[in-house]
Amino acid sequence: MSATAKTLDKLIKKEYAPGFVTDLEADTLPPGLNEDVIRAISAKKNEPEFMLEWRLEAFRHWLSMEEPKWAFVHYGPIDYQAISYYSAPKTREPPKSLDEVDPKLLETYNKLGIPLYEQERLAGVAIDAVFDSVSVATTFKEKLAAAGVIFCSMSEAIQNHPDLVKQYLGSVVPPGDNFFAALNSAVFSDGSFVYIPKGVRCPMELSTYFRINAAKTGQFERTLIIAEESSYVSYLEGCTAPMRDENQLHAAVVELVALDNAEIKYSTVQNWYPGDEEGRGGIYNFVTKRGDCRGRKSKISWTQVETGSAITWKYPSCILRGDESVGEFYSVAVTNHCQQADTGTKMIHLGKNTKSTIISKGISAGRAQNSYRGLVKILKSAENARNYTQCDSLLIGDRCGAHTFPYIEVKQPTAQVEHEATTSKISEDQLFFCMQRGLSAEDAVSMIVNGFCKQVFKELPMEFAVEAQALLGISLEGSVG
Amino acid sequence: MLKIENLHVRVDDTPILKGISLDIKPGEVHAIMGPNGSGKSTLSHVLAGRAGYEVTAGTVSYLGRSLLEMKPEERAREGVFLAFQYPVEIAGVSNIYLLKAALNAIRKHKGLSEVDAMDFLKLVKEKIKAVNLDEQFLYRGVNEGFSGGEKKRNEILQMAVLEPRLCILDETDSGLDIDALRLVAEGVNSLRSPDRSFILVTHYQRLLNYIKPDCVHVLAYGRIVKSGDASLALELEKKGYGWVDQLVSVGA
Repeated sequence: MSATAKTLDKLIKKEYAPGFVTDLEADTLPPGLNEDVIRAISAKKNEPEFMLEWRLEAFRHWLSMEEPKWAFVHYGPIDYQAISYYSAPKTREPPKSLDEVDPKLLETYNKLGIPLYEQERLAGVAIDAVFDSVSVATTFKEKLAAAGVIFCSMSEAIQNHPDLVKQYLGSVVPPGDNFFAALNSAVFSDGSFVYIPKGVRCPMELSTYFRINAAKTGQFERTLIIAEESSYVSYLEGCTAPMRDENQLHAAVVELVALDNAEIKYSTVQNWYPGDEEGRGGIYNFVTKRGDCRGRKSKISWTQVETGSAITWKYPSCILRGDESVGEFYSVAVTNHCQQADTGTKMIHLGKNTKSTIISKGISAGRAQNSYRGLVKILKSAENARNYTQCDSLLIGDRCGAHTFPYIEVKQPTAQVEHEATTSKISEDQLFFCMQRGLSAEDAVSMIVNGFCKQVFKELPMEFAVEAQALLGISLEGSVG
Repeated sequence: MLKIENLHVRVDDTPILKGISLDIKPGEVHAIMGPNGSGKSTLSHVLAGRAGYEVTAGTVSYLGRSLLEMKPEERAREGVFLAFQYPVEIAGVSNIYLLKAALNAIRKHKGLSEVDAMDFLKLVKEKIKAVNLDEQFLYRGVNEGFSGGEKKRNEILQMAVLEPRLCILDETDSGLDIDALRLVAEGVNSLRSPDRSFILVTHYQRLLNYIKPDCVHVLAYGRIVKSGDASLALELEKKGYGWVDQLVSVGA
């Protein structure tokens, strides 16, 4: 055994050492990325051979790729060798009670109206304090199992459902798709796996909240959702409170597969740490999300509310392969202070009579830069394809920027493509009007912004919409004089 | 109710109001008339607390408190209401939502609980009838796609729901046809009460055919050059604003 292998072996063994929760330091690989690190990750997770090969291939591909520079965002070089690729997200001792949690964090939770037990969960309070969610999770798992739905972590799926993983993983976002997707494919630590059998309407909305081990999901998570023929699932992905982690790279991949007549609704409320007012710290959120409407009359709908991250680079997309399939993208992206967002979608029409709708609302305040980048591509095979795009920007103050980069490629003469775009500003007249009616400036801004985002919020599940509204208010605090 | 003494206001170093004094008692309706550029709208905006105006001298006392020291939203919560000459549009925010948010802000300020949803709906539906707007306007964006007359009636609706103590109508009659004018006037008349006062800022006398003022003041070049009863408005209408220049030169 070589020296490196020995060290790795030692590291691997440490995983099984008692005190996994208390001695978190032991579960972190040293910084750096090479094939041995990938072997170590795969070994730690006791993965089958095919997964290791898959990861290694992705890694080799990644080595040959360059970081994309076309997005309208600016940041210093990322040292990929300085990052630790296997680490439990809670690198600190988890607090034993809310008394030990940063009061500022609690203040935010209170503003969001998050119940106390949920606050404990979000703040990473040791799990035994969260008795409520344990029982909830149990009843919920039984209900899903009865319907035949598989909902587990990606690591569990690799162990228990390797055939499904083998068949679908990377089938929507191939390992070599782009720089960050390749990196994710090589090193992803965990994520969610959902399988809805034929004809099943998932009896509840699935969210990572209920999947207890989601708390161990790292910054390179991988999500795969498969909706078999005539099935339906609504999946909620939420970071509904700020993560305190600073200067972290978050490169996730989400793949959705919808077969004949299946529908997947994927909603995200993202509120990673955006950095401070001066732009120090914050998450680099470089995420690849793509849905494949593989079957006839299938439908995939993305709804996202993005308020966090220092930099967002994210384009949830739909490949409309099946005839008469439908793709939707509803997005609210808020940037304040020094945040930068380059986000949008891609709708690739391949099937006949495919339809796509894009509603994008960008809000920019402070010194932030907010870009919409979207591609509507209608291929020769997509007869009678239709797209409607509406892209609105709202500016608050005069130091921020809004940009729109729409790309439209049409190779089929029967296609109908519409694009509407507006840019507006919260005017002094509007603010004064609201204040003259008794509202504070901040309430006025939040009311105007919520009005601007209404089209998107109504696509969110009820509780999520309430949270999203509260979140907007918080994100834009201090954005007016 | 409102006592303005020797008010001087500048905008970007240009003096606009040069010593305005007014005393408005509870229940009174005062009309302020004057040619374009006389400072009428400036006076309305200063009273409502709009930024961009510099008060260089004078005091304004409202219900015994110094109005100029209060923030715009505090003035509103204390019962100062400005009906705008150009009501703004707010896309996506429904009229009813704004009304409820405003009413609750005022109630909160008074130490009252939030209004019950059913009671509120009943109240609003009753008030909207009075200004002859269809109920569907409640669910449309604030002034979004409203005609000029609908916007002005919407201002009166807000006034009726919020029940202010001091109502300032800034050229509410401008751009209204005769039917809309009558509706607006009826709305105002129905709100007249012994403890509510009105300032009607207007260019034309015709609004005063429908709302009978207690006092009429003629504003010109930043000063009140003549005050009188309702007959002054008629005299002004007959003689035109040219007469005002005569008054100014006589006074000078």
